[in-house]
Amino acid sequence: MCNTCGCEGKDNSIRINKPGEESNNTQHEHEHYHHDHHDHSHSHKTEIKIEQDILQKNNLLAERNRGYFEAKNIFALNLVSSPGSGKTSLLERTIKDIGKELKLYIIEGDQQTMNDANRINKAGAPVVQINTGNGCHLDSEMIQQGVKKLEIEDNSVLVIENVGNLVCPSMFDLGESKRVVIISVTEGEDKPLKYPNMFHSSDICIINKTDLLPYVDFDVEKCKEYALKVNHHLEFIEISVKTGEGIDKWYSWLKNHKAI
Amino acid sequence: MHELSIATNIVEIVKEYTDKEKASSVNEITIEVGIVSGIVVHALEFALEEAVKDTVLQNAKINILEISGKAKCNKCSHIFEINEIYTQCPKCLDFNSDIIQGKELKVKSIIIE
Repeated sequence: MCNTCGCEGKDNSIRINKPGEESNNTQHEHEHYHHDHHDHSHSHKTEIKIEQDILQKNNLLAERNRGYFEAKNIFALNLVSSPGSGKTSLLERTIKDIGKELKLYIIEGDQQTMNDANRINKAGAPVVQINTGNGCHLDSEMIQQGVKKLEIEDNSVLVIENVGNLVCPSMFDLGESKRVVIISVTEGEDKPLKYPNMFHSSDICIINKTDLLPYVDFDVEKCKEYALKVNHHLEFIEISVKTGEGIDKWYSWLKNHKAI
Repeated sequence: MHELSIATNIVEIVKEYTDKEKASSVNEITIEVGIVSGIVVHALEFALEEAVKDTVLQNAKINILEISGKAKCNKCSHIFEINEIYTQCPKCLDFNSDIIQGKELKVKSIIIE
């Protein structure tokens, strides 16, 4: 394991690629401190007050990302959920339905493969895939590098599809304008209580796969009630990406918030 | 899993200070972890064991101070203790409250020689 940043080595280092590119191993930039070692005879103990937030590095870079997005009027979304809730399918459908009205750029995050980026590419939006190797979440530095590759135009919408994981991504600010959590009706209505950090840190909750409601024991109102306990600011949109039911509400939300 | 990236961040932060002070090792480090910060203390301890190897922190005594959680009810302004992200106000029973303490995750101080 790399002692500087914890990555596992060449095969598992972070990679950021557009569909069709050779697999580029993008190594982390490691900061090297070059200085001469002087011999000081410290015979006494010194306490140094640090008082530094451990996530400061990520948070500072997230704010830089945020500033960049604001300057270019880019509406940036961080899309989070368990694996399989329908993040990529939602994006494919969104691109097909309103890709002409809204200029959409996508950053895909997965441990491995270009699968999701290839799907987005086929749907017709510019996309970059971030492979985290063993990593379980995207961070602001990865987004900064991904954004550079994408060359996003002013007045666009950037959707960052985070690694499918309801735990870790909640702690990492990417610089997004809004955070969207997706839960599907096959997952259990008490998910918000079991994974409170993610629902607490999100702005809007999409309940997907509503076409399956007749076949599963999922109480939509209970799910919303649980989610509101964890985050009283949460807004809800119920949709089926498959049938299109309710998806206009998602498109309205996107267009209205982009205009702000 | 992300406790490891927290642990490596801790090492990086400390190294900035030890480089400035030209210290080659740290005796002791104090870290604050809030009870609703999302970090599991024993997972962080485990990750730190690995992350400090061959660094200025490798022989340091690690003190982790757990900060208790407090929330303020937006309805009745009552301040109460919490152990999770969501807790009902014990006074008015509403769930509309904001966390005012317990999300800390910081390197508080180090002792060098």
